[in-house]
Amino acid sequence: MQYIPNLIFALLLVAGVYFFVGNVKRIIRNIKLGKDVDRSDQKSERWANMARIALGQSKMVRRPVSGLLHIIVYAGFIIINVEVLEIILDGLLGTHRLFLPILGNGFYGFLIGTFEVLALLVLVAVIVFWIRRNVIKIKRFLNKEMTGWPKNDGNFILYFEMVLMSLFLIMNATDAHLQAAGIGNIVSQFIAPLFSGISPEGLHTIERVSWWIHITGILVFLNYLYYSKHLHILLAFPNTFYANLKAKGQFSNNKNVTKEVQLMMDPNADPYAAPAEDEGEPEKFGASDVTDLNWVQLMNAYTCTECGRCTSVCPANLTGKELSPRAIMMKTRDRLQEVGKNIEANNGTFQDDGKQLLGDDYITQEEIWACTSCNACVEECPVNIDPLSIIMDMRQYLVMEQSAAPQELNAMMQNVENNGAPWPYSQMDRLNWVNEE
Amino acid sequence: MSLIVPVIADLFAQGKEPDILFWVGSAGSFDDRAKKITRAFVKILNKANVNFAVLGTEESSSGDAAKRAGNEFLFQMQAITNIEVMNMYNVKKIVTACPHSFNTIKNEYPELGGNYEVFHHTQFIQQLVENGELDLSNAKLDAATITFHDPCYLGRANNEYDAPRFLLKALGGTNLVEMKRSKKDSLCCGAGGAQMFKEPEKGTMDVNDLRTQDALETNPNVIATGCPFCNTMLTDGIKNKKKEAEVQVKDVAELVAEALGL
Repeated sequence: MQYIPNLIFALLLVAGVYFFVGNVKRIIRNIKLGKDVDRSDQKSERWANMARIALGQSKMVRRPVSGLLHIIVYAGFIIINVEVLEIILDGLLGTHRLFLPILGNGFYGFLIGTFEVLALLVLVAVIVFWIRRNVIKIKRFLNKEMTGWPKNDGNFILYFEMVLMSLFLIMNATDAHLQAAGIGNIVSQFIAPLFSGISPEGLHTIERVSWWIHITGILVFLNYLYYSKHLHILLAFPNTFYANLKAKGQFSNNKNVTKEVQLMMDPNADPYAAPAEDEGEPEKFGASDVTDLNWVQLMNAYTCTECGRCTSVCPANLTGKELSPRAIMMKTRDRLQEVGKNIEANNGTFQDDGKQLLGDDYITQEEIWACTSCNACVEECPVNIDPLSIIMDMRQYLVMEQSAAPQELNAMMQNVENNGAPWPYSQMDRLNWVNEE
Repeated sequence: MSLIVPVIADLFAQGKEPDILFWVGSAGSFDDRAKKITRAFVKILNKANVNFAVLGTEESSSGDAAKRAGNEFLFQMQAITNIEVMNMYNVKKIVTACPHSFNTIKNEYPELGGNYEVFHHTQFIQQLVENGELDLSNAKLDAATITFHDPCYLGRANNEYDAPRFLLKALGGTNLVEMKRSKKDSLCCGAGGAQMFKEPEKGTMDVNDLRTQDALETNPNVIATGCPFCNTMLTDGIKNKKKEAEVQVKDVAELVAEALGL
């Protein structure tokens, strides 16, 4: 009988980890639906980027208030997890504060004290975040894509963190031994008086209940990630590692097009030659669905935490256009999830559902054509997400597969084709400026 | 002042080669406002005795607008044709006053066989100054408050924020004031990504008007930029605000030429 709590704990832990691993596998499978792109070069620069941008949060602090608050929550999250290790071991072994005798009152007290201070700071930061979202109503949290689930999701995460941090502090405040010995109770000593009238047994019960809800909450939160925008806590690392390292102005050249153009311009090529037998389906130009995007673009979609810094600097969005780079990422993820579920429901193969990422269900042509390709969104993203590359791939699809460019752009392209300039001037007049005062 | 503008084919016929090719670009060749920038830059090249040449009628669209409009096929046709011409003339170095040509030739041409050292004209003029080939010590403008608008394809796209500012600061009698959104955080003029050639989508205002507001907040006499498209967009923005009597939109090269009395 005495091992029942250990058993329940072990089952809880195994279930939590089991479902989490299942979700991770789903994410990996979905990301692998993307096309191949080689990002295996310049390893040292990639590690450096990851260290600076994900670990070091260098792009977060470009906005000092939210950046600083975020660093507090981030540092708290990582450091307090050391305590979770003890909690898990205690749960499995049926011990209470296993590390206390090992580390001694002094050092253990120092650690617990640090955790308590961090927990309080995180609690304060998270409350400020909640106020920013719900009371001050900062504009980037109010764009039209931030209604319904995305808005609730943002708040749920904050409630989760508030509850977890409070439970951690209550757990310490109601730990009679910790309070009596004054071990690291820097913050919890001020909470302990709230429970002063309660019997030792009652106090112990509150301590135990807090302990159990706290660890259960952590496991639930771990599994909430998959359904939430909060995956960035994991994916920010690979996302910054695999991000584009080239100049932001360099858009990739479509290799299949190069082959065709070179063949066209080769004076020795036989225009009537039959295509080689094994060529198969002609390659589709650009992207109309998630499977046309590359895996880094799909990982970008899962990494996006919907902070909206991209949208808040987008010239199109700032002037009231439909385009929002954040919405591009959110829609890409939603469609990818839909495709993933379709694959699961159909024994591992995708069945056409009559939908596409580009179209009325998700990203509209109006959004795609409003982009100025200015790279502000790419520059701004704290984890190096690249919404622009998706927009450009979709333009390529619209023009090369659908001939669906806006009329004025067709005219511009016709001019380039006919006379080598976007305007209808003869190439022979290219030097006229020399003699015009 | 008549300009000296050698054409590369003529030089070749005489058995000569230029040190650098000046890529004029479609806007620089045909747009009335941009042609003035082209001429100002040539005046500077002439003043510094740079051995340059242009492709003249052998130049064609860089393909930037086509690529950003989604027509990869047309882009690569343009790029490969231009590369064939430039490689035939053994071109090694290129300077251009258009950040769009600068970006695409520098970054997107190499994979297609065009490997050149490419400079934006502000970078090239800075080099001339630093090498002592162009003396700006007596260059002076009449008490001008200047604000610089970073072209996206020079700034964020290629991380060049300093060259134009170096030149503007080197001119006497000027005061350079930054906009609230500048350098990495600069706001687009609204022309990039082939927007120059189409009407904007439905919205609450035009991008160039918003950027013009940014610029006007600094109370400038001159809005300087380094891109023919930005120039057009901001000039229109100034007209929309009815400020054309007080505020001028100028390219950095025009300001340098003016300060040198060219």
